[in-house]
Amino acid sequence: MSKNITVYLKIWRQEGPDSRGKLVPYTVDNVDPDMSLLEMLDVLNEDLTKKGELPIEFDSDCREGICGTCGLVISGIPHGKKKGIATCQLHMRNFKDGDVITIEPFRAKPFPVVKDLVIDRSAFDRIIAKGGYISVNTGSAPEANLIPIPKETAELAMDAAACIGCGACVAACPNAAAYLFVGAKISQYCLLPQGHPERKIRVRAMVGQMDAEGFGDCSNHAECQAVCPKEISIVNIARMRREYLKSLWP
Amino acid sequence: MTLDGKVPGGPIEQKWDSYKGHINLVSPANKRKHTIIIVGTGLAGASAAATLGELGYNVKSYCIQDSPRRAHSIAAQGGINASKDYQNDGDSDWRLFYDTVKGGDFRSREGNVYRLAQLSGNIIDQCVAQGVPFAREYGGGLANRSFGGVLVSRTFYARGQTGQQLLLGAYGALMRQLNLGRVKIFPRREMLDLVIIDGRARGIVVRNLITGEIEKYEGDAVLLATGGYSPVYYLSTNAVNSNASAAWRCHKRGAYFANPSFTQIHPTCIPQSGEHQSKLVLMSESLRNDGRIWVPKEVGDKRAANDIPENERDYYLERMYPAYGNLVPRDIASRAAKRVCDEGRGVGATGRAVYLDFADAIKRLGEQVIREKYGNLFDMYENITGENPYRVPMRIYPAPHYTMGGLWVDYNLMSTIPGLFVLGEANFSDHGANRLGASALMQGLADGYFVIPFTLGHYIAGAKLSAVNTDNDAFKEAVDNVQKGTQKLLSIKGSKTVREIHRKLGNIMIQYVGMSRSEEGLKKAIEEIKRIKEEFWTDVNVPGSADTLNKSLEMAGRLADFLELGELMARDALNRNESAGGHFREEYQTPEGEALRDDKNYSYVAAWEYKGKEKPQELHKEELEFEYVKESQRSYK
Ligand SMILES: Cc1cc2nc3c(=O)[nH]c(=O)nc-3n(C[C@H](O)[C@H](O)[C@H](O)COP(=O)(O)OP(=O)(O)OC[C@H]3O[C@@H](n4cnc5c(N)ncnc54)[C@H](O)[C@@H]3O)c2cc1C
Repeated sequence: MSKNITVYLKIWRQEGPDSRGKLVPYTVDNVDPDMSLLEMLDVLNEDLTKKGELPIEFDSDCREGICGTCGLVISGIPHGKKKGIATCQLHMRNFKDGDVITIEPFRAKPFPVVKDLVIDRSAFDRIIAKGGYISVNTGSAPEANLIPIPKETAELAMDAAACIGCGACVAACPNAAAYLFVGAKISQYCLLPQGHPERKIRVRAMVGQMDAEGFGDCSNHAECQAVCPKEISIVNIARMRREYLKSLWP
Repeated sequence: MTLDGKVPGGPIEQKWDSYKGHINLVSPANKRKHTIIIVGTGLAGASAAATLGELGYNVKSYCIQDSPRRAHSIAAQGGINASKDYQNDGDSDWRLFYDTVKGGDFRSREGNVYRLAQLSGNIIDQCVAQGVPFAREYGGGLANRSFGGVLVSRTFYARGQTGQQLLLGAYGALMRQLNLGRVKIFPRREMLDLVIIDGRARGIVVRNLITGEIEKYEGDAVLLATGGYSPVYYLSTNAVNSNASAAWRCHKRGAYFANPSFTQIHPTCIPQSGEHQSKLVLMSESLRNDGRIWVPKEVGDKRAANDIPENERDYYLERMYPAYGNLVPRDIASRAAKRVCDEGRGVGATGRAVYLDFADAIKRLGEQVIREKYGNLFDMYENITGENPYRVPMRIYPAPHYTMGGLWVDYNLMSTIPGLFVLGEANFSDHGANRLGASALMQGLADGYFVIPFTLGHYIAGAKLSAVNTDNDAFKEAVDNVQKGTQKLLSIKGSKTVREIHRKLGNIMIQYVGMSRSEEGLKKAIEEIKRIKEEFWTDVNVPGSADTLNKSLEMAGRLADFLELGELMARDALNRNESAGGHFREEYQTPEGEALRDDKNYSYVAAWEYKGKEKPQELHKEELEFEYVKESQRSYK
């Protein structure tokens, strides 16, 4: 059993969307390495409450890396430096006694800060609303096994579909581009035959909305892929670009 | 009041079809004149919102999270059942129906369960058409795996992320309706009261979780799809925001709460590591397809797992239940784990764990195959525990996971309040006293895609609703009620945090209203819960104010409701002098320690009516009839 540690935190505090925020220092002693980072923040919040201070607001829900609710920039890296996990899956055993940890919200113009570490990611919903689906009404589906889909295709589609919509890709990108998020959805539906009837309108509508929301352009830094908790590949961005170009020709 | 489940007559195979043939319909031109409020965007809520939007209703959809896509359904791992019989292994609607009624230990309504089985295949069709990337075989057909309590392979899955993929399908359908203008979404809203006008549910009051504003919305019907209440145990496999508040507030407005003590403690979860813990992580039941569960034969054997020779291990499920082995239903597997740990044969630092071992499966199939099947679950386990399950067996222990109890509904999914419908885990209907794996996703989607479109139309067409608006006194009263509650919580400024008190409640619930219950324990629990409730209302410290984002305030409101619900759960468990499914009363067991039902006296749904503050709820019974599946002692031997 490993020893408890002390960590020095610098946490972004911001009262509301229009107020100025700043990094505030906190020391947390006696941190059990088996705790997750968010549990460490829970404990800190209980202490703050007891001291009559306002707890730090942050979003989280499933606490197992699938809902995409949590998302913090931890010492400069969205979801922290351990690969392939969301913030809630980061355990304190990945830190050493005495470490200084900076904790900030995901930063991007289309993701305004709501309060402290909580941000507004509704831009993602608006992009999906433009075409992140197959238009099939309930009740009108054919028998499921009528469309055989090669296993490899299904697996590739699943690789893309695994996106949890957390927005780390945007936060990591120097241009605040949402190409990985949009590319993953486009890929899922252009790989699967069910998605083919709408493939042209889908890619144009989603890319159009992505631009309208103020996300930047992709210049191939691949930072998105590096921080993605589901390790979604930038191959999906290439696929989206091909889809987009193809959609311009009749 | 005698409760009428309103199950249509006729042979069970024809009930739903004949129902559909005889109900009232709303004309397409009239549908757009009706506004439907849907609270919750999990599988049940999102599928209902999308489908009712497609049909032409005006839909308003609410959820707590910042996006409908993040509802707790997203976390479901293992799969969804359907009686497609693609494996040619003897499956049928009948068998799915039979397995579910038996798995639920004969405490569910036959008519509902048969309908669920009949609709299960349509769900898979619908989801595949939506582009849900289910696992497939090399020939291109859909793949299946097995879950507990059944002898066929009928579970469809998308890696260990089935709930995510199904929910993203339903969310996509919902967002499509948003784009078409049929649905409006209201994320980051928490429903805090139900508004009843002329005896019918006509609106809701919600708190805007960003601004703190209390908002009012009117509609022609209210659909509640707000999920289960496992976090009443504090630690559970549920998302940390899962709660009972919407359902509980409706209960206080007149909706009966059914079988609250029927909760499911899931056998395969990662054991708790410390006080700080905020939730427990599930290891999908699908792992029991290949993992073997064991403990040492000797009490107090502290050797490392791999040092214990084969003949000194007790594969207790295989020994006790040779026919089903590691795939017995959840309630049975959980109780068996508790029993061997109580005997002192548990493993790990705390002795509250058993092994789930893949060594044989790896030998038989190779590590690569195991990695393909369960890779993400193994990674998750290793990330949390720091141990590599390809090398050493997983350590697992039961954890609160699912709640079979919920608001009482009839065959139409309507509660005892006309116009209030309840879907998904929030209702009580289909799983009796124990839910089989991969059946919750099936039920949520059946309710939302295929049942509610008919039953809601039938209600709307027959209800002759007058116009209402949010200036109505009933809205004012509800807003007042909510504001008073909030102010009260903020004014106490005591010395305990919400979490501290929640942990206390959780300890009592798991100890006395968990896997094993007794008259003495339940009476003690009721007293303890009262005490904790008192402590909460006099000594909680809810920081901050009401006019801003304030998660402590949200959690405090939910805990206030859990405290009341917890007491009702204990009272329901005390009332039920039998063991059934997940409800195990120590006084009622067979000589082998299996649950002993009392069909003569307890073959009913216990539906509790709220009678006012500090007054005990009144019990109403819906007698259950088993015409098709004969009630028998469940056997998985
Ligand atoms: C870890 C885990 C794994 C599981 N795996 C499986 C599986 O493999 N197969 C299976 O069949 N089942 C599984 N289950 C069970 C299954 O996931 C749930 O029973 C099911 O998803 C519940 O769906 P729902 O739509 O009823 O509610 P939920 O998905 O819980 O959604 C509830 C919704 O209600 C909203 N809400 C709640 N309260 C309020 C309020 N007061 N105001 C406004 N909105 C509110 C929430 O925001 C959310 O949108 C699993 C459960 C867990 C915890």
